[in-house]
Amino acid sequence: MRDIDMPELEISLLLEAVYQKYGYDFRQYSEAHIKRRIMNSKAMSGLENISQMQSKVLNDEAFASKLLQDLSITVTEMFRDPGFYKSLRENVIPVLKTYPFIKIWHAGCSTGEEAYSMAIIMQEEGLYDRTTIYATDFNQQALSQAKEGIFSNSMMKEYTTNYQLSGGKESFSGYYTSNYDNVIMNQSLKKNIVWANHNLVTDSVFAEVHLILCRNVLIYFDRNLQNKVQRLFYDSLVNGGILCLGSKESLRFTDLNEEYTELDKKQRIFKKDY
Amino acid sequence: MCYEAIVIGVSSGGMKAMKIMFSLLPENFSTPIIIVQHISAHSDNQWIKLLNDKSNLPIKETDEKEKIERGNVYIAPPNYHLLIEKDKTFSLTIDERVNYARPSIDVMFESAAEAYKNKLIGVILTGSNNDGTKGMKRIQECGGLTIVQDPATAESSYMPASVIAAMQVDYVLPLNGIIALLIKITQLQFHK
Repeated sequence: MRDIDMPELEISLLLEAVYQKYGYDFRQYSEAHIKRRIMNSKAMSGLENISQMQSKVLNDEAFASKLLQDLSITVTEMFRDPGFYKSLRENVIPVLKTYPFIKIWHAGCSTGEEAYSMAIIMQEEGLYDRTTIYATDFNQQALSQAKEGIFSNSMMKEYTTNYQLSGGKESFSGYYTSNYDNVIMNQSLKKNIVWANHNLVTDSVFAEVHLILCRNVLIYFDRNLQNKVQRLFYDSLVNGGILCLGSKESLRFTDLNEEYTELDKKQRIFKKDY
Repeated sequence: MCYEAIVIGVSSGGMKAMKIMFSLLPENFSTPIIIVQHISAHSDNQWIKLLNDKSNLPIKETDEKEKIERGNVYIAPPNYHLLIEKDKTFSLTIDERVNYARPSIDVMFESAAEAYKNKLIGVILTGSNNDGTKGMKRIQECGGLTIVQDPATAESSYMPASVIAAMQVDYVLPLNGIIALLIKITQLQFHK
């Protein structure tokens, strides 16, 4: 018998089962991350081992759906990394202003906080009426939540701080209506956001866009998958289009490193070369 | 035993402890050191620059997918969890906070334990919560060496005391003792 790490073998069989049965492909996610999520999921389920999870995933759709939620990271914030949004206002908006209409793809938008942040900026810059934001995710549950635009009131203090640090000059509370524990985002922010189900791992190009935001999504992918998704982004951007990554993500390990120019090194903003 | 990496978890009081540690570790100290220091999500890396001023070893914030190289000191970036892959590269995640912390010591230690098995040294220094206790247990389960700062000598005793209460650690030492031990262990390796 070969010396094989049992949990790892079981994990790869589980991910294969999820892919074959449901079409969601986690097989090229970073191993340590996916292992941690699956171990947490196992602990919550009360099942004894991962092989039992595999059997349950194949026969119990509710369990499978729960597992998919566990494997999908929905942690996000409005104006997450205010320094990034500040740079976006200073370095990217002037580029976008030159277009008669603006298409933005927010890839991996989760529950939508950053898509609303983007809408706010475009409104403040007077560009929103000629903007379409395609906000996509593979997690339907997160997308539905995003579409509703209802967020916990308890987060608004932090988001207000983020907004102000990002260079926002308006009163942040003007962008939503509070109702006890929740707030609902203004209708005027929602009007040009198109929420759509798109899976970066298995789906292809769906639009030509001027700006792609994909922040803290690629960190979960292994290098091969990162490379593949970066190719997808490259093919989706117009020449001179702009790519925004998370503050610790880079193009360094991809084939496309030479195809972009850095607009802001620290904030990981790149411009596709002509 | 030939150790391939040292992981350190540290919280309140950590800046002072790390300044001392890196001014005393010699420049030929080649075993890579990976650190989680609890830190505000909005912190810039100014404090890492300060640490570097007094350090004989290069100290840097990790990038995702970066390969762990000998002779380097790596620090988890603010607002991300740091994980270590079996191929000895870093992964970052923005999963939920663990023990109110992101980065969390437990998250990094548990993945390090599985990547390095018995070739890992885990160290818990000063701090005021119990993050790191589960991670140290995992390091021990996987055969790694566990070292804790003597709570009586730590600026904040809670974090080291939490580990000592939960398990039989291999060494409980004041900071200078930990530094001397790390040098001794790695020099023994050096001469082998």
